[in-house]
Amino acid sequence: MRLPSFRYRAPRTITDAAAWLAAESPADTMLVAGGTDVIPNMKRRQQTPATIVGLRGIDGLATMAADGGGFRIGAGVTLSALAADSRLRAAAPGLWQAAIRGDAAPAEHGHHRRQPVPRHAVHVLYDQSYEWRRAIDFCMKKDGDTCWVATSSPRCLAVSSTDTAPVLQALGARIRLVSAAGEREMPVSALHANDGIHYLTRKPDEILTGRPPRSHGVAQHLLEAAPARLLRLPGGGHRRSRPCGPGRCRARRACGCRRRRLVPAGITGGRGAPGRRRALRRADRGGGPGGYAVAKPMDNTDFELVWRKKMVTALAGYALRELRGDDMSATRRRLARQVL
Amino acid sequence: MSGATPPDRSSVIGRARRRVDGRAKVTGQTRFADDIILPRMLHARLLRSSVPHARILGVETSAAEAMPGVHLVLTGDAFPIPYGVLPVSHDEHALCRDTVRFVGDPVAAVVATSEAVAEEAARLIEVQYEPLRTFASPDDSLAHAEPRIHDYGDGGNVHKAVALQFGDVDAALAGADHVFDDLFFFEGNTHLPIEQHATVAARDPDGKLVVWSSTQTPHYLHRSLAKALDLPPAHVRVIATPNGGGFGGKSDPFNHEIVVAKAALLLDRPVKICLTREEVFYCHRGRHPVLMRLRTGVTEDGRITGLDLQTLLDGGAYGSYGVASTFYTGALQTVTYDIPTYRFRGCRVFTNKPPCGPKRGHGTPQSRFGQEVQLDKIAERLGRDPAELRLGIIAPPDSLTANYLRVGTIGLAECIRLVVERSGWDERFRKLPLGRGLGLACSSYLSGAGLPINWNDLPHSGVQLKLDRSGGVTAFCGATEIGQGSDDVLVATVAEVLGIEPYDVRAVTGDTDLTPVDLGSYSSRVTLMMGNAAIEAATRARDLLARAVAERLEVPVDRIGFGDRRVFDTQAADRGFTFQEAVCIAEARFGTIGTTGSYTPPKSAAQFKGGGVGPSPTYSYTAAVVEVEVDPDTGWIVVPRVWVAHDIGRSLNPTLVRGQVEGSVYMGLGEALMEEQAFRRLPPKLSNAVVHKFPSMLEYKSPTFLEMPEVFTDLVESRDPAGPFGAKEVGQGPLLPIMPAVANAVYDAVGVRVDEVPVTPEKILKALQQKAAGKPARVGPATFPSHVPWPDALMVTPPWEGGDGRASNAPKRSGRKADAGVEASVGVRK
Repeated sequence: MRLPSFRYRAPRTITDAAAWLAAESPADTMLVAGGTDVIPNMKRRQQTPATIVGLRGIDGLATMAADGGGFRIGAGVTLSALAADSRLRAAAPGLWQAAIRGDAAPAEHGHHRRQPVPRHAVHVLYDQSYEWRRAIDFCMKKDGDTCWVATSSPRCLAVSSTDTAPVLQALGARIRLVSAAGEREMPVSALHANDGIHYLTRKPDEILTGRPPRSHGVAQHLLEAAPARLLRLPGGGHRRSRPCGPGRCRARRACGCRRRRLVPAGITGGRGAPGRRRALRRADRGGGPGGYAVAKPMDNTDFELVWRKKMVTALAGYALRELRGDDMSATRRRLARQVL
Repeated sequence: MSGATPPDRSSVIGRARRRVDGRAKVTGQTRFADDIILPRMLHARLLRSSVPHARILGVETSAAEAMPGVHLVLTGDAFPIPYGVLPVSHDEHALCRDTVRFVGDPVAAVVATSEAVAEEAARLIEVQYEPLRTFASPDDSLAHAEPRIHDYGDGGNVHKAVALQFGDVDAALAGADHVFDDLFFFEGNTHLPIEQHATVAARDPDGKLVVWSSTQTPHYLHRSLAKALDLPPAHVRVIATPNGGGFGGKSDPFNHEIVVAKAALLLDRPVKICLTREEVFYCHRGRHPVLMRLRTGVTEDGRITGLDLQTLLDGGAYGSYGVASTFYTGALQTVTYDIPTYRFRGCRVFTNKPPCGPKRGHGTPQSRFGQEVQLDKIAERLGRDPAELRLGIIAPPDSLTANYLRVGTIGLAECIRLVVERSGWDERFRKLPLGRGLGLACSSYLSGAGLPINWNDLPHSGVQLKLDRSGGVTAFCGATEIGQGSDDVLVATVAEVLGIEPYDVRAVTGDTDLTPVDLGSYSSRVTLMMGNAAIEAATRARDLLARAVAERLEVPVDRIGFGDRRVFDTQAADRGFTFQEAVCIAEARFGTIGTTGSYTPPKSAAQFKGGGVGPSPTYSYTAAVVEVEVDPDTGWIVVPRVWVAHDIGRSLNPTLVRGQVEGSVYMGLGEALMEEQAFRRLPPKLSNAVVHKFPSMLEYKSPTFLEMPEVFTDLVESRDPAGPFGAKEVGQGPLLPIMPAVANAVYDAVGVRVDEVPVTPEKILKALQQKAAGKPARVGPATFPSHVPWPDALMVTPPWEGGDGRASNAPKRSGRKADAGVEASVGVRK
């Protein structure tokens, strides 16, 4: 199936884009940076916007700059650009790894792929052909009444499966949203809503333009398994932070999605404090029970649920051991096909 | 004719070359079916069933018909004649008439000015269904005879049940030192060609039907179109466009092909359909899920005394090639290893899922997996090296097997030795640290099926040559280029015989009006059969040219040689003509130069019912060693290296041969590690749905270049006399050992058995945890159903016991009995 007819707007400035967005009916207009989710959905007629506002030509949206110990990253920066940036790799290896993992994702032919922070909330019971969805009598997200992931759920359990958002959330990054009425900032963690249908707190007339992260520099690491197998693995992503301030150690994990919402699970403690010792003891035990409890994988992603939950613990353990300074390169190469 | 081996100069054959169609492919000039755009062309979409099993009570099409842009709406009423690829399974209608049998079964078709209009109109069609009981598993289908998914078959929802016995297997097992009794399961998977199925149909200027389609089998499609549309075959022309991959998935005649043909005839306008990726999953015809039980008797020194194999196939909703698939699960075990007594029982059941059919290796990878993993267990139990064990039991060359398959040359021993040497097997197997392991497996495969699907005495492949005054040669053949390189084989073979370059030969293939019949690009038959036919045609042309030139040079004809685009006196090489001049001389002498060649396989030695599946002019052999790394904490598995050695007979173009080997490794790793055509059942209280669990390429995982390991390929050239220039197949055989080699390597790495495919991290971890808890370190099926209605076995005496290939008892369909007591235990029984 080919794309249905639609009008394509190609603004050159964010002002133009916001103005067009304000002028159009929100229900009939969609923003596209790369189109990873929207274009297939349009081909399947799940989304049929009359107007597409393409952001790829907007000046300045695809730029990245160091800013006060952190980075200011435009929303149009591609994953491959992130992955190719040596400054980012040195300063934020976790984000770099998330980018390179997403960039290598074959389904999207990554080298042209944008960072899908506000990525469409997807799941296997929704992102399917009309015949398939009709065969299950549709789902709550579109045309149906039941959430087939959990039939008693009053809310849609589609998940936002992104590569970089969990890391940005763990880093405490903030985003900027621009509309014709003005602009505002919010933490990445506030962007995602706890609902698979209304999965973003972004207003219909707002455009995500960039990510000014916190000014304190943090380094972190991400350990996820190889791309093709775990393209949809909320619950499996881990990253940790190294000392981010005098006398402090913080290991922060963001375990992907808990239900619909990205949930960070922090392990925080002062240097030499019981908190840190606990974290390291957990590392020796394979990550401790925390990850297992936090992770809530659902039947809309790959692999068996129990195994996925166990992986959170195992991968957290690996990440913490790496934090301690253990040589995890062989494990990293085997699981993530990448070394730091 | 048997395999021809013309002059052994080999200026073309054996030389690594760029394939003749390579330029068009890499420059985007190859015209696939969906690239065809004709004036006034309309577009079709199919409305597919949204329920897995139901009676159709009514189809309301008026709203769709009234929609602007809609030219035609078709329902099952327009297609009263059933069709199917096998004569015994004509169970399909282009559009369902009274019953739908799986989610995705086509019910109606809309032809409109655009795809979008057709799709929109199709959604306006209302279908009233009366739900029927849904069968989602073989157990279901065996347990409930009613309602029947089809009103034919071997009773209830059993499509086909077969039983063959060669020698006294029970006595052989009783006399064995050990009997190994194991269960295995091979999950279904699909072909995943990069090109979706697409078809364009039109009337040609004189009113006859022309169909361009991405099909591997234009000849069978031609037959099916003529039958289903009740047309004289001579008024139907099928042109097989180059396939963007087939792997067996484009071997059936498909409903969409018949629908657009009918529409084009009714509307007198061209009509195109291009399936979506998701619809390709509905077409399927992929790997059958197969449950297997293998009971193998072995002596203390590792020889096999007998094999008792049972297979249970989940066939899906239609017959397709299923009868052949069933036999294939039990056909080739004896071709690989010396098995003096053998019993095979196979059963295929209908379920309400997309129909399974032939996928690369057709029916044999499943039981190959079981046999090769079991051999690994046998080797360990006997304290033998798995490679050494296999070297001791390879089937003898130039022999008849217990089930009357005629084996020719066998390069398997050399293959095993090569992969052992290259992989450092002796130094590393069972010696690597925890988490790293090596696994070995072997296989054999047909170089073309010995019998045609529609039984007759006609050749299986024909080639015509036209030599013109320009010196150009055109080779016509019904074979289809599906990416495997058959066009290259055709031109290379002709060029070799005529002493010219492949570039001098133009291939015209896969056109039922222009080309002689070739049965199709399936069962690894094209290189051998088309190749032999091409050699015959080219040899005849060569003879004409030689005679004419000999007369002109006034030398004996046996002094005429061909080479470097010249025809010359071999005793005075400067005396001769260019090839073009020679063609003109020959045309002046004999008239227009055109020759033909054809190939018919030798008669099968098997004379029993069911013996038609398995015979081949020759068999290829492969050995593989796979190295794995397994993370003991997560079960995560990575394959860093694979060594493959393939007995190719003779490599006609090593570039293509190696490509086929590497492609097989890739596909084999996908099946071994991740690919599953699995199905999802929603809570029964709320829904009757049976739908794909992985319905698109987003969810259906297949390896990418990131998962692709280093592959080390060796080619063994055993030069089989049956093959053209000694060549055997390479398109399918090298896939077969990959899956069992992975499973065997996992055992070497972490000491657990995963007796099913795919071998996923979760299964490995589960087995590891069971091992840690003191339970059997194994994941796999636990039982084989006890209520399979096996027929009485046809008893065939093996050749070495004086048999003549016939069954000693008549086939009986009555008096079936359930095989009581076959709730199989797992492991070593004696």
